[in-house]
Amino acid sequence: MQSIKLWMIAAISAMVLSACGGDPVKPADTRDAVSTAPNTGNTGASTNTIPQVVPPGSEEELMRGKLAERSIYFDLDSYVVKEQYRDVVMAHADFLKRNPQRKAKLEGNTDERGSREYNLALGQKRAEAVKSMMRTLGVSEAQLEAVSFGEERPQEAGHDEAAYAKNRRSDIVYPRP
Amino acid sequence: MMNLRSLISAVARPLAASILMCVAASPALAQLTLELVGGGAPKYAIAITSFPGEAALPVGLAQIVRTDLERSGQFRIVDTAGVSPVPTESSQVRFPDWKARTAGFLAIGTVTPAPDGRLTARVRLLDIDKQAELGAFAYTLSNNLARATGHKIADDIYEKITGDKGFFNTKIAYVKKAGTRFDLMVADYDGQNEQSALTSREPIISPEWSPDGGRLSYVSFENRKPQIWVHEIYTSKRTLVGNFKGSNSAPAWSPDGRNLAVTLTLSGISQLYMIPSSGGEPRRLTTSSGIDTEPTFSPDGASIYFTSDRGGGPQIYRIPAGGGDARRVTFKGSYNVSPKVSPDGKTLAYVSREGGQFRVNTMDLTVSGQERTLTDTVKDESPSFAPNGKMILYATEIGGRGVLAMVSADGQVKQRLSVSAADAREPAWGPLGK
Repeated sequence: MQSIKLWMIAAISAMVLSACGGDPVKPADTRDAVSTAPNTGNTGASTNTIPQVVPPGSEEELMRGKLAERSIYFDLDSYVVKEQYRDVVMAHADFLKRNPQRKAKLEGNTDERGSREYNLALGQKRAEAVKSMMRTLGVSEAQLEAVSFGEERPQEAGHDEAAYAKNRRSDIVYPRP
Repeated sequence: MMNLRSLISAVARPLAASILMCVAASPALAQLTLELVGGGAPKYAIAITSFPGEAALPVGLAQIVRTDLERSGQFRIVDTAGVSPVPTESSQVRFPDWKARTAGFLAIGTVTPAPDGRLTARVRLLDIDKQAELGAFAYTLSNNLARATGHKIADDIYEKITGDKGFFNTKIAYVKKAGTRFDLMVADYDGQNEQSALTSREPIISPEWSPDGGRLSYVSFENRKPQIWVHEIYTSKRTLVGNFKGSNSAPAWSPDGRNLAVTLTLSGISQLYMIPSSGGEPRRLTTSSGIDTEPTFSPDGASIYFTSDRGGGPQIYRIPAGGGDARRVTFKGSYNVSPKVSPDGKTLAYVSREGGQFRVNTMDLTVSGQERTLTDTVKDESPSFAPNGKMILYATEIGGRGVLAMVSADGQVKQRLSVSAADAREPAWGPLGK
């Protein structure tokens, strides 16, 4: 029995060693490899990245980068666009300036606490804050409308601070052209 | 007497796909139920016997009268079980018996066929202490007016005894939200005869009755921005009167029904304007650097009370109805909104926030200026006076659900109106029935 065991250990060891490649590994040499990467400077064929054509002013353009962000969130009792959202507003203002035939609706919202009509007016202040910034950036009046939903269309249905924070916002909405 | 018919109109205007005109829901199923949840000591004790012949009607008149008077909070209803025979003429009344039953007043009546095929209800009201007949009333009715006649009898008894007009023959409007569906509902003040005037997938807020009770103005978001509509209740015809750039909201009828004070954002912030109630060009009323909204007329039409945060936080102000200098009205606390003036012009109802709780308050507008908190609910909105000024209807939240509630102007009597499986909000009490 002892001899069979030893034999098995030897056989297994040999298999393991051969699987691991008992010989030392040679460093790979890129000059030997067949290249499939762009190979500038050679006289042979080279690949090119085909740029995706996004029609300007299109729905597709609106789905990319900062333009895909449509909500600006506000602090409690605040109607000032925070620093962290300025890029978003600027991106949309830029889009609208480049596409004077497009219109945007700025929809202001509040959390649920208090009078509905007073909240409608507070939501309007949030919409107007974004509109005002866009006007300053050069977007024409004809392209913008500021409206309010007050507390009527919450993004979050809860009754805690976390939900309230999600509902204090202005949304930028592009009606279909 | 108004006859509520189906609200589908032959002249319905083309509408956004999200709006439907609703057929009346089954009127027999009161999904809106009214219950008394708190009462002070009622001042009067009245017994109302059944009216022989009233079994011919779809609803019993005597029971409607008992329920109405009890809901006013001013009447204790004396038990009449076992009274036999039921008196039908004043001469049959044995005053000492009724005194022994602790009744201060007694109402008896009969319902008999009228010559023209309808029915006649006759009611006698007696003062037990004075041992005298106080009033005699007669009504001609067809079956479909049984409920309204019961309310009219309650009104007449109430007025005879208290000297004030009753509110039992009135309607309320409110908004019902069930999931993503909103309905503008019209019902009797007690929740009976509920019908939907408008169904929408987008919110409806701020309904207000025209002074003649035939129209409702309201704000609808059906076109993805707040717009003001005037809606003829009994024909379903409606007109878009507030569709200016930006938001249009908070419509309030002038007492002559000709104009609406509204909130528009044409200047870049919410300000008060006046427009004809049939639609037309707006005339600006306020010029402030803050929010001006929630206008409401005083009953004499001379002043408009409104909410403004021109001083920092929202408070209630008053201006002459033609425009002019605003005077501040509320000074206590940092948040006072939603003003409404009582029909006699003497009391202001509003919502005050204190310690995060929102409660209906009243202020005496005559001499004392005394303020008083009326409610023990804590998320109050939209106060609306009964047309006799004795009760205030408002919206609140109980157990996470939107319900309507009523509180008497002295804070003593409390009622709750809840809708099954839905939230109720934005109530408005209609004018006195014709």
